Amino acid sequence: MERHMQAPFSEQDALSLKAGDYVYITGTVYTARDAAHKRMQETLAAGGELPIELTGNIIYYMGPSPAREGRPIGSAGPTTASRMDKYTPQLLDLGLKGMIGKGKRSEEVKAAIVRNKAVYFAAVGGAGALLSKSILQSEVVAYDDLGTEAIRRLEVKDFPVIVIIDSEGNDLYEMAANAVCDSAENSGV
Amino acid sequence: MRTIPLSEITKNIKEMCIEANYTLTPDMDCALKHAKETEKSPLGRQILSQLQDNLQIAGEDDIPICQDTGMAVIFMEIGQEVHFEGGVLEDAINEGVRQGYVEGYLRKSVVGDPCIRENTKDNTPAVIHYEIKAGDQVRITVAPKGFGSENMSRVFMLKPADGMEGVKNAVLTAVKDAGPNACPPMVVGVGIGGTFEKCALMAKKALTRPVDERSEIPYVREMEEELLQKINATGIGPGGLGGSTTALAVNINTYPTHIAGLPVGINICCHVNRHSVRTI
Repeated sequence: MERHMQAPFSEQDALSLKAGDYVYITGTVYTARDAAHKRMQETLAAGGELPIELTGNIIYYMGPSPAREGRPIGSAGPTTASRMDKYTPQLLDLGLKGMIGKGKRSEEVKAAIVRNKAVYFAAVGGAGALLSKSILQSEVVAYDDLGTEAIRRLEVKDFPVIVIIDSEGNDLYEMAANAVCDSAENSGV
Repeated sequence: MRTIPLSEITKNIKEMCIEANYTLTPDMDCALKHAKETEKSPLGRQILSQLQDNLQIAGEDDIPICQDTGMAVIFMEIGQEVHFEGGVLEDAINEGVRQGYVEGYLRKSVVGDPCIRENTKDNTPAVIHYEIKAGDQVRITVAPKGFGSENMSRVFMLKPADGMEGVKNAVLTAVKDAGPNACPPMVVGVGIGGTFEKCALMAKKALTRPVDERSEIPYVREMEEELLQKINATGIGPGGLGGSTTALAVNINTYPTHIAGLPVGINICCHVNRHSVRTI
């Protein structure tokens, strides 16, 4: 199903999204990848405050290429989400509602998604030029010294993603591969 | 003896880093277009169509095809009649990478130490492989490698008794484990034989062979074709969202090996299988 959605978003929105839904996101999302996640975890361990509000928000696992003059951002596609698995359950328990990345997640992350009624989306990996067209603004809001790995606040319009893991724990990657294998078996291929 | 000024190496490598990150080679371009026509899943076709749009936008708007513009892997095949002048070859190569990544608006994705992890801010150093050949020419291949797919690559030290079936199973295991993480449709580079490091290097170099060119060794060619068919029957599909296009090609290179071993290296590359080749 095709859906349009605002970000940040509510638990009610999360509950209505199902694995396989094609969603266009408009609003604010934050970027963070390996180094920013590590630093956020260290901050929490030391009893500090995170530089961004997590409640209802989406983290996009992305480190862009540099923007040319007059443009908001360079190429801006998703990175592999599983590298953030170690840090993700804690952030979900603190209110994070959505993640955009690509690739499989761990069982621990899936359990945390269900526990917190959150959603894991994928954007098309390797389509960074196309995806950059849906990003209207980009501003570094924390960890500037990390370069491409800094935390950025993005204003996006109709940013195209697919629901991979929904709030009930359904996983599109498993469903999609099984469906193709089943049809191959049935047709005797 | 032919003298080549190192400034010429720097200049070419700079241009090649940029070229490889903004445009795919014609064989890759053609394979992706063809996949869009033959893909069986509607969602798979939609993803492949987005990849076409992506390539078009990259070319027209000067945006790198993918934000992961890679670590620069460079093959230098140097004729033994060549003499370089004006510095140290390795420095000249890294200077070309530095200029290419800074001036080409490419992402700086290299950390100076694997454990301390501070970004070098100019994407150096490159990973450079040298080969000495006959003649007085230099053949340069610049192959920026993204790490979504690099992380899913494997080396298996099989036993001779595992045989060809063992090799095929190793490749299929690596591809299935990679799944959506490696940004399919992928290109699979395989190195069979040699030693631990030789098979990995062969697998890397296999990725630079055109995807429409099969091995000249009959049994290897058959294995390439059989594996491609089996990989596409896994159902992983474009973006890992299901479909009949999981790989565009399987390129296999082989080398003699030890009586006790059967090393297999599998280097997986995403659909942005980049390389630029020039002969000086």
